[in-house]
Amino acid sequence: MNNAAQQVPPALQKTPLWSLHKELGGKMIGFAGYDMPVQYDGMGVLKEHLHTRTHAGLFDVSHMGQCLLTGAVDPALALEKIVPSSMTGLEPEKMRYTVLLNDNGGIIDDLMVTRWDDKTLLLIVNAGCKEKDFAYINKKIGSQVKLQYLADRALLALQGPQAEKVLSLLFPIASAMKFMTTTKVIYDGHELYLSRSGYTGEDGYEISVPVTFAVAFAKKLLEYGEVKLIGLGARDSLRLEAGLCLYGHDLDEETTPIEANLKWVIQKRRREEGGFCGAEKILGQLEKGTSRLRVGIKPEGKAPVREGTEILSLDGRKVGVITSGGFGPTVDGPVAMGYVESALAHEGTKLQVMLRGTARPCEVAALPFIKPNYKRD
Amino acid sequence: MTKTLFSDDHEYIRLEGAVGTIGISDYAQNALGDVVYVELPKVGAKLAQGDQAGVVESVKSASEIYSPVSGEVVEVNAALANDPAQVNQDPFGKGWFYKVKISNDTELQKLKDETAYNKYVQGL
Repeated sequence: MNNAAQQVPPALQKTPLWSLHKELGGKMIGFAGYDMPVQYDGMGVLKEHLHTRTHAGLFDVSHMGQCLLTGAVDPALALEKIVPSSMTGLEPEKMRYTVLLNDNGGIIDDLMVTRWDDKTLLLIVNAGCKEKDFAYINKKIGSQVKLQYLADRALLALQGPQAEKVLSLLFPIASAMKFMTTTKVIYDGHELYLSRSGYTGEDGYEISVPVTFAVAFAKKLLEYGEVKLIGLGARDSLRLEAGLCLYGHDLDEETTPIEANLKWVIQKRRREEGGFCGAEKILGQLEKGTSRLRVGIKPEGKAPVREGTEILSLDGRKVGVITSGGFGPTVDGPVAMGYVESALAHEGTKLQVMLRGTARPCEVAALPFIKPNYKRD
Repeated sequence: MTKTLFSDDHEYIRLEGAVGTIGISDYAQNALGDVVYVELPKVGAKLAQGDQAGVVESVKSASEIYSPVSGEVVEVNAALANDPAQVNQDPFGKGWFYKVKISNDTELQKLKDETAYNKYVQGL
């Protein structure tokens, strides 16, 4: 047996919760330059995944980049040059998923943007993209807007059907919050940013906590019997079942939001006005379509189909590639995402995946693979 | 009397006369995590020592199984198709993969006995 996924690169960074992970049986691996728990002793990916879907899972996502975009004028105006979503239309305490675009309309990163007020936006970007994002944003936003990295903040996610019950015991406002809203709360003298969002397909929250308070706050949440620490392994299987993209796998700089089936991030005004990097290409694709599209792929049988696997038409022609794939514990079978020729991107289209030299049946499936449990109203 | 030997790749072979039962060690199943799928060789397949005999998959990753000896596959554990978790729960019992009729006894000398294997694993 040979497991190639276990090599840890040297000189990994640590999140503020690193010692707590070690203390609580975290099996650590290198991820995006950080030494992170992939799973915990006594649990494992399968149990952690199912626990999050039925109870509440606590994730350390402090490796992600939190930063403020501030200006004498509304920083949304500057940000709109490099993202295709409406940022000026974002109301205070509301958040929006969007993508950072290069001049060709390719995706540099996907991110969450929250508006605090008419002078301040909060950006949360991927760990592995932090440096390139910050350099790119600084290059593009002009002198009236300032990007400030919040190095003094950790980020936790509490996800699952019992997240609301637990968090509202600490913050009564939590139960009144709707999906994709954020608010500031004071707890034990510390300012926390509480947002109803996540990366699992479940109802839940992400909580930005001062670094100095992160361990105490995590321990506080873990006092509740419903809450268990969940590692990166289950984070990946949860987001895959939820049909959510993983940057560097399902999205990259060669892929536009239209190809990625993310055209919903471009609001009406932006479609009409353009004015963002790659707008000509992206708006052209919006009108005329693209040669390939991101789709869900449901392999037949039980064998997981991994990233990089070729997708074939029924007559054996290569028509695409899997970009994320694995075993979905809630689906109790293999689930995947990939890019296929647009003519074959309709739900129910029968295709094949080339697995260890054998073509096996699969079909284009609707995303997500599970029914999301977001608190929309 | 049965004897169990181990490869450096963490397969075990339990010897019963000319037939060996092959699976992965407790260390291996623990390192791999929850097994969700096992692909086994076909009965009748002739494998050389070190040949890929199958694949064991956890939620996160796929790992190859290499045959610890040369020989012909005489039986496979079909029950793993519906219950792959046996690889985690009972790696030396119900979690076995396949049985092979050993064609070259001298190859066994390249494998480790349990004491040597445990020492090897401690050093990993």
